[in-house]
Amino acid sequence: MASIILEQVSVSFPVYSSATRSIKNRLIQSATGGQIRSESGSDRISVVQALQDINLRLESGDRIGLVGHNGAGKTTLLRVLGGIYEPNEGRVSIEGSTVPLFDISLGMDPESTGYENIVLRGLYLGLSRSQMRGRLEEIAEFTELGDFLNLPIRTYSAGMRMRLAFAVSTSVAPDILLIDEGIGAGDAAFLQKASERLKLFTEQVSIIVLSSHSEALISKMCTKAVLMEHGRVVGAGTTAEVLEQYRESRDGPLKAPAPEAEVPREPETLAEQSAVTAAREGSSEGSSEERADWADRTAHLLRERRWQDVDLDRLVGEVESLARPRP
Amino acid sequence: MTSGPRGLWKQLMTSSTTKVQSPLLQQLRHGLEPEQFRNAWRDILDGWHRRELWATLGLHDVRQRYRRSTLGPFWITISMGVMVFALGLLYGQIFGQELHEYLPFLAAGFVIWGLLSEMILGGCTTFIAAEGMIRQLNAPVSIYAYREVWSAVIAFAHNIWIFFAVAWWYDVGLSWNVLWVLPAVLILLLNGFWMALFFGLLSARFRDVPLIIGSLVQVLFFMTPVIWRPEMLPDRALFLQLNPFYHMVEILRAPMLGHAPAFENWFAVLLIAVFGWAITLFFYSAYRWRIAYWV
Repeated sequence: MASIILEQVSVSFPVYSSATRSIKNRLIQSATGGQIRSESGSDRISVVQALQDINLRLESGDRIGLVGHNGAGKTTLLRVLGGIYEPNEGRVSIEGSTVPLFDISLGMDPESTGYENIVLRGLYLGLSRSQMRGRLEEIAEFTELGDFLNLPIRTYSAGMRMRLAFAVSTSVAPDILLIDEGIGAGDAAFLQKASERLKLFTEQVSIIVLSSHSEALISKMCTKAVLMEHGRVVGAGTTAEVLEQYRESRDGPLKAPAPEAEVPREPETLAEQSAVTAAREGSSEGSSEERADWADRTAHLLRERRWQDVDLDRLVGEVESLARPRP
Repeated sequence: MTSGPRGLWKQLMTSSTTKVQSPLLQQLRHGLEPEQFRNAWRDILDGWHRRELWATLGLHDVRQRYRRSTLGPFWITISMGVMVFALGLLYGQIFGQELHEYLPFLAAGFVIWGLLSEMILGGCTTFIAAEGMIRQLNAPVSIYAYREVWSAVIAFAHNIWIFFAVAWWYDVGLSWNVLWVLPAVLILLLNGFWMALFFGLLSARFRDVPLIIGSLVQVLFFMTPVIWRPEMLPDRALFLQLNPFYHMVEILRAPMLGHAPAFENWFAVLLIAVFGWAITLFFYSAYRWRIAYWV
């Protein structure tokens, strides 16, 4: 029985710039001291909260569609489900063999022949060489590439590569299949054949999680759906319900589902980053020390969501001076 | 509040999560949970079971170098051969060495150095180079370390023919000591594997590391008796003994040239392996799960 259980899963990314990735800066940072306070050791590293407090329980037979805006955390969630990202907090338990189909042409070697690449992709999927040899005929036949399979795939067109990758990826049914965005597969005639095969293939899979912007695809393939916003699950239920909610949140008037979501996320981080950068490199009033101090304080306030305490005029000024440096 | 390392540990692992905390501390705390050690160990074992995959990837890495060239794999052998003969003739003259002794010595040293430096330099890019795959594939990340070591082994298998040719030409005597080659290669690979994991991990987080290691390896090449003989350095025994690469080269070069291995070389290399693995296992347990975020 395949199942995936997520309990209070949170994932945050530190965004490393080249500055924090260099040992020199780390050493200088620890030598100058004092600037790294215990509660704000992250001041120099912006942290993106990609997923927050996710609770999900997926069982055999589930066909889940993930919907949400760009950057809502769909791909991150898929990677957690696939066991690629281990969350900072919370528990993940995955039962069953999992195949993530994120980038269908991942890891193809352009200099190897079509046949070699079929075997290589099989190895990626966790099959052995001898298992692949048994399937080689069937896969080769499905691709309809004929003698081209003896040529290195750098000579292939994009559509031909797609056929090859598609044929291998759908030759073995895993317990859990994770799909990011739609799988396009070549010309119309092949598409017809592919969708039949996809149907047959997906019938053998016990859990499918599909992330897509295409409502048609989601309502065709999925029985349940999950709506994500700012790294949180804001809606779960049948596909029709959730898609309705998604449409409302997208087209409807600006109604806030939760008070803390009132202010959109991007400006927050942007303002926060700009404030810090402006203070570092900018050219407005105050000694650089005072300004760095102010920036740290402002970043802290923004992070705590104490909007009313932020010196808005100065923040706007700093950001503007960043965009148009004075001579 | 308790003090000492025990108290510190306790404080680190139990202090309340509700307090605002540095994400770095949170990460470390997550990494130090006991199950992470089991996960890391399982990652290494599972990686071994995927050997068909990493062996193929390693082979592709080597093939990449001579793709579509006429001589193919011979290019790797030829470039090593040209290097050994040119430097052999030059330094043989400079140091006033007999070629029939100096050339086999140089060829063996070069081939072994090639293996070591390839494992270290390749090790630095273990995870960086596999960025795309790490983020798409739910495979144990140790496979990328196996892959680097394996491609170094394949290149070594190409280069060793230069030594065979030189040894045959100058008639290097065969003795039972040659059997020591096998354990020596194994212990070197064991060391190469921890280096690939450790330096790969470090490089994924700090992108300066590959550059630092790169220049260090270059310096160490001249500090290590590869083109010069240890005997040419009469009163500097300590300088030589403290160089880990001297022991790693000598442990394999001695049996290749038919000499018995020295106890001190084996002792040093085993020590490096034990310490290296201990440090690597610690860091790999604590930070293996962050690799996917770093690359």
